[in-house]
Amino acid sequence: MKERYSLLTRDLDWEPSYVPREKLYPFTSYEGIKVHDWDGWEDPFRLTVDAYYKYQAEKDKRLYAVLDGFAQSQGHLTLSDASYLNAIKLFIQGVTPLEYAAHRHFAYLARYLEGPAPRFAALCQSVDELRHCQTQIHTISNYNKYYSGFHSWSKMHDRVWYLSVPKSLFDDAMSAGPFEFLISISFSFEYLLTNLLFVPFMSGASFNGDMPTMSFGFSAQSDESRHMTLGLEAIKFLLEQDEDNVPIIQDWIDKWFWRAYRMSALVAAMMDYMLPRPVMSWKEAFELYFEDQMLGGLFPDLEFYGIKPPRHVQQAIAEKDRLSHEVYKILHNFSFAAAFTTSTPTQDHMRWLSEQYPETFDRYYRPVWEKHERIEAAGGRAFVMGLPQLCQVCQIPMAFTEADDPSRISYRRSQFRAETFHTCSDGCQWIFEREPEKYVQAWLPVHQIYQGNCGGPTVPDVLAWYGIQEGDNGEFKGSRDALAWTAWHAEGTTGSSNGVAKEV
Amino acid sequence: MSHTLRQVGIDLQDSEENRALIEAIRVDNAELTVRHLPGLVKLQAAGQIVINRETVENRLGREWETGELQLALVSYAGNFSEWDDDRVVVRWEH
Repeated sequence: MKERYSLLTRDLDWEPSYVPREKLYPFTSYEGIKVHDWDGWEDPFRLTVDAYYKYQAEKDKRLYAVLDGFAQSQGHLTLSDASYLNAIKLFIQGVTPLEYAAHRHFAYLARYLEGPAPRFAALCQSVDELRHCQTQIHTISNYNKYYSGFHSWSKMHDRVWYLSVPKSLFDDAMSAGPFEFLISISFSFEYLLTNLLFVPFMSGASFNGDMPTMSFGFSAQSDESRHMTLGLEAIKFLLEQDEDNVPIIQDWIDKWFWRAYRMSALVAAMMDYMLPRPVMSWKEAFELYFEDQMLGGLFPDLEFYGIKPPRHVQQAIAEKDRLSHEVYKILHNFSFAAAFTTSTPTQDHMRWLSEQYPETFDRYYRPVWEKHERIEAAGGRAFVMGLPQLCQVCQIPMAFTEADDPSRISYRRSQFRAETFHTCSDGCQWIFEREPEKYVQAWLPVHQIYQGNCGGPTVPDVLAWYGIQEGDNGEFKGSRDALAWTAWHAEGTTGSSNGVAKEV
Repeated sequence: MSHTLRQVGIDLQDSEENRALIEAIRVDNAELTVRHLPGLVKLQAAGQIVINRETVENRLGREWETGELQLALVSYAGNFSEWDDDRVVVRWEH
C-alpha cells in the first residue's frame, strides 16, 4: 500500500526545467505561510487513483440501488409527513450549490499546491464534491415531480435572501488565498463542523423515511471523512513547517470557526423544528460532536503546536440552548418570501422541545408559539412583512440575543470610512473589523432590494425575480404540498393508484 | 496531555454489509462504547480504536482490504495514525 501510494503520487511529480518554480506555483507565497518541505505531507489513507475509482464506483452503485428502489416503490408517500421536505428544499437550495463551489476550488488547489501529495488529495476531493452535487440533484429530483420548491434552486441560491448565508460563506472562502481556503473549508468547516451538519441530520432523514437522502448523505459523508483527514493533515503540516505559521493559522481558525458555525445555525433550525420526527436536538448534537469530540479531543492535540480553541467559542456554547429557536422564528416569520413553507410546532413537538431545552423553551419560546397557535385558530397567520436588518458578515437577520441575556437582541456597530456597519455578535464584529475592506463589499439581499436590484419594489416583484412560484412559499397547512399529501393518502385507503403528480 | 485519556470515535453506516466489520471492531477493542442512531452506529473508546484486517476477514468470511473501510465510514474523531494493509488505528497524536 505504501509503495503503491508512493509510486502513484510522488513518483509522478517532476521538477520544472524551463519554467521557474514560482511561476509554476504563483499563489502559495502571498499569505505569509512558509513551507520548507512539501514532502512532509502525509496522507493516512494513502489513496491511489485506481483505488479511489474502485471505491467511489461501489459507493455510487449502492446509492443508485437505493434511489431506484425508492422511486419504484413510491417511497415519497412513506415519508413521515410532506412538511419534512421543507428541510430538503433548504438542503438543495443552500447546500448543493456549495458542493459545486467546493469542487471548483479544490480543482484550483489540485493545480496550484506545490506538493504532489496534497495536489492529488485536492484532486480527489474536487471529484468528490462534483459527485456530491450530482448525486444530490439526482436524489432530490425525484421529489421535484410531486412537491413544490425544488424547481429553480440554483437560481435561488444566487438571489434569495436566506441563501446568501451559505453562499457568502463560500464566496468568502473562495476569494481568500489557497492556505486560508484549506483552513476555512477543509479544517474549520469539514473537520470541526460538518459532523454537526450532516451526521445527525442524515440520521434524521432516515428516521423520517427519507432513505435516498440518508444514502447520499452517508455516501457523501464517507468522502467527508477523507476530507476531514485532508483538513487535519493540512493544519498539522502547516503548523509543523514553520513557527511563523502558527499565529496566521490561529487567526484563520478564529475567523472560520465563527463563520462556519453561524451558517450551521440554519441546520440547528432544520434539526429541531423541520423534522416531523426529530431524532437529536441541536444542543445534544453540539455537545456530542463539537464540545466532546472537538474541544475535548482535537484541541488538546493542537495545543502541542500552540493552537488555542477558537476565539468566541464560549459564545457558541452559551447560545446552544437558543440558536435553533431564534433561527426558526426568522424562517417562520419570513417564509412568505422563501421557497419552503413553515408552520407553528404542534403541542407534541413543543413537548419534545421542552424536554430537550428545559432551561429555555417554556420560558422564552413556547409563549411565542402559543400566540401563533391562537392567531391561527382564529383563521390568521402572522408573517413579518418588513425587511430585517442583516449582519454584515454572516448575513443572518439580526435576531440573535446576547450571550449573557436571552431577552436582549445582540447588535454590534463598527465604523469604517465614515459609515456604520452592523454585526450580530462579537464573533462577526471581530471578523468585520479584521478585514473591513472585504466585508463592506458584501451583497446584502435587503440592501439590494432597497437599491432596486431585485426585480422591483413590491413583494410579488421580488418573489418573481427570486424564481419563487405559487405553492413554494408561506404556511405549510393548506399549502399545495399539504393538500396533495392528504389526497394521496386518502386514495391509498381505497386501493387506487396514488402518488401520481397532478393538480390538486 | 496523554492521548490515552481522550475519547476517539468512528461512526459507521448501520447496514448488513457493515455488521461483520462492527463485530470485528468490538472484538478487538474491549472498552468500546456502542451507540445506535437511526442509520448509524457510533463507536467510541478512550485512547484508541484498532481495526485489524484479519479479525474483519474472520467475521466476514472473505478477503477484506483495509481501504474498504472507506465504504462504511461516515465520520470519525481522532487521527488515522496508522493505515496499512493489515491494520487501521485511530488515536490522538499529542
